[in-house]
Amino acid sequence: MSRVKILSLLVRPELTRRVFMVWRRNFDVFMKTYKTNFIPPLVEPLLYLVGMGYGLGGFVRPQEGLRYIVFIAPALTAVSMMYSSFFECTYASFVRMYYQKTFDAIIATPVSLEEVIGGEILWGATKSLINSTIVLAVVIAFGLVSSPLFLLIPPLSFLVGILFASIAMCFTAVTPNIDSFNYPSFLYITPMFILSGTFFTITGLPQGLQLLAKILFPLTHAVNLARSLVIGRLNSGLLVSLAWILIATPFFFVLAINLMKRRLVK
Amino acid sequence: MNPEPVIEARGLTKKFGDFTAVDAIDFQVFRGECLGFLGPNGAGKTTTINMVQCVSPPTAGRLTVAGLDVGREARAIKKMTGVAPQEDNLDPDFTSFHNLVVYARYFDIPKAEAYRRSEELLRFVQLSEKKKVRIDNLSSGMKRRLILARALINEPKILILDEPTTGLDPQARHLIWDKVRELKNQEVTIVLTTHYMDEAYRLCDRTIIMDNGKIIEQGIPRALIKKHIGAEVLEVPDHEEIKQYIKKEFPEAQLETVNERIQVFSAQPRGVFNRIMDKFKSRGAIMRDANLEDVFLKLTGRRLRE
Repeated sequence: MSRVKILSLLVRPELTRRVFMVWRRNFDVFMKTYKTNFIPPLVEPLLYLVGMGYGLGGFVRPQEGLRYIVFIAPALTAVSMMYSSFFECTYASFVRMYYQKTFDAIIATPVSLEEVIGGEILWGATKSLINSTIVLAVVIAFGLVSSPLFLLIPPLSFLVGILFASIAMCFTAVTPNIDSFNYPSFLYITPMFILSGTFFTITGLPQGLQLLAKILFPLTHAVNLARSLVIGRLNSGLLVSLAWILIATPFFFVLAINLMKRRLVK
Repeated sequence: MNPEPVIEARGLTKKFGDFTAVDAIDFQVFRGECLGFLGPNGAGKTTTINMVQCVSPPTAGRLTVAGLDVGREARAIKKMTGVAPQEDNLDPDFTSFHNLVVYARYFDIPKAEAYRRSEELLRFVQLSEKKKVRIDNLSSGMKRRLILARALINEPKILILDEPTTGLDPQARHLIWDKVRELKNQEVTIVLTTHYMDEAYRLCDRTIIMDNGKIIEQGIPRALIKKHIGAEVLEVPDHEEIKQYIKKEFPEAQLETVNERIQVFSAQPRGVFNRIMDKFKSRGAIMRDANLEDVFLKLTGRRLRE
């Protein structure tokens, strides 16, 4: 690919407040079935906290000086940020784009394709906010929060949500069909779920993998930040994590929109 | 007074890689008229209207809608345009009514006004009873009507209908036709594509026939029929004896053999046609009015396109 073509993928999109019209459409659909939508973020952390925190935790020595259940609880909020936004903007967005032709219907109106994709990503981030806040509530109910900094988890979840939704949208822009989402899901998201310092500290991993987890896995940084906020343990490493997310988010956001334009504008 | 062009294309071209879908066409659509694009599959009709509705950027040439350039002022054009696409892209997550309300939001129509228009449009397409029904539970005819209603939510000046009645039963087609006529009376400029020549004949003030990305003929349907076919068509069985007779009696006639029938076209046939009819009536000769389909098949050929 020529340099011009690569640069065209980083052109700044023109967005107006119309992104919220697209966001609102998805929100309206969500609210029609809100009762069922709340089941996963409520039940999953319960199972992890009871099964792994209490069950497995009895056999595991403290991680980074924390009781096992205290160690994994904040990570669960970060994991839910990743899963909810990533799956919203892969499978769910693909269904709207490809099967329901919802994007086609919207771009026949004054809303542009850039705004459709922007709205989808914003909605993915909102799912991250909703789900991880529910997980956070469960964590609070278990008495596993020890710092008022936990109040920063919802804004963090929105930011992390934009990042994962944007990465997801990049895959959606290039996937030939819905089954091919198995590649990013099992080769990227699942390894991240296991290897990002979620269930054990990454210092337990071989050097190479540690480096990989820090460079390629946004979840490593999201977990790092979430854990520090929940237990109130701040260190300079957090700045690196925050910087990683703040740089990657606009990059993938712009890339996602331009890749989608390349796919859909014919 | 000259009619005012609403849509103007000059050298309009669309290429997909090496394939030229629309090949440097010129056309105009005037205010308040209904223009039909006809053509076999792959002729470039849908590609052309996709450029008019600003979702597909032209490769070359100039295309303006209401004096606005489709590349630079897409948003302003879309604001005044209603589109009923070929494919059903209604929102399956909502009811009929909500489909309209949510669509109104994309046009920045305030909520109260959106509700009022949605009610009115459901009445217009006779779907008021289906207001609270989800899209999955509508028949294909109802979906087409709802798509038409949705295309009208912004009270468009220009309405684009891509194959508005494909796959519908006669009742549903007639209802759509009635509605299109009503809109025409309200001075809405309508551009439609269709494979049904009777539809084009009934609805369109003017038709453009496309093939292989080019415009091969355009004009008022009645005038096209007269120009290319004449007033009437005689059809007789394809027997050598009948063919010889017609060729001898009527040497200037154009003959075309289709499905074991000979079609005879001529500019001023009456007298001769009556003689042939009298002679071969008992063997299945019929005389009928020439129609747009005769023109279409004559100009685009009978070869299957796909």
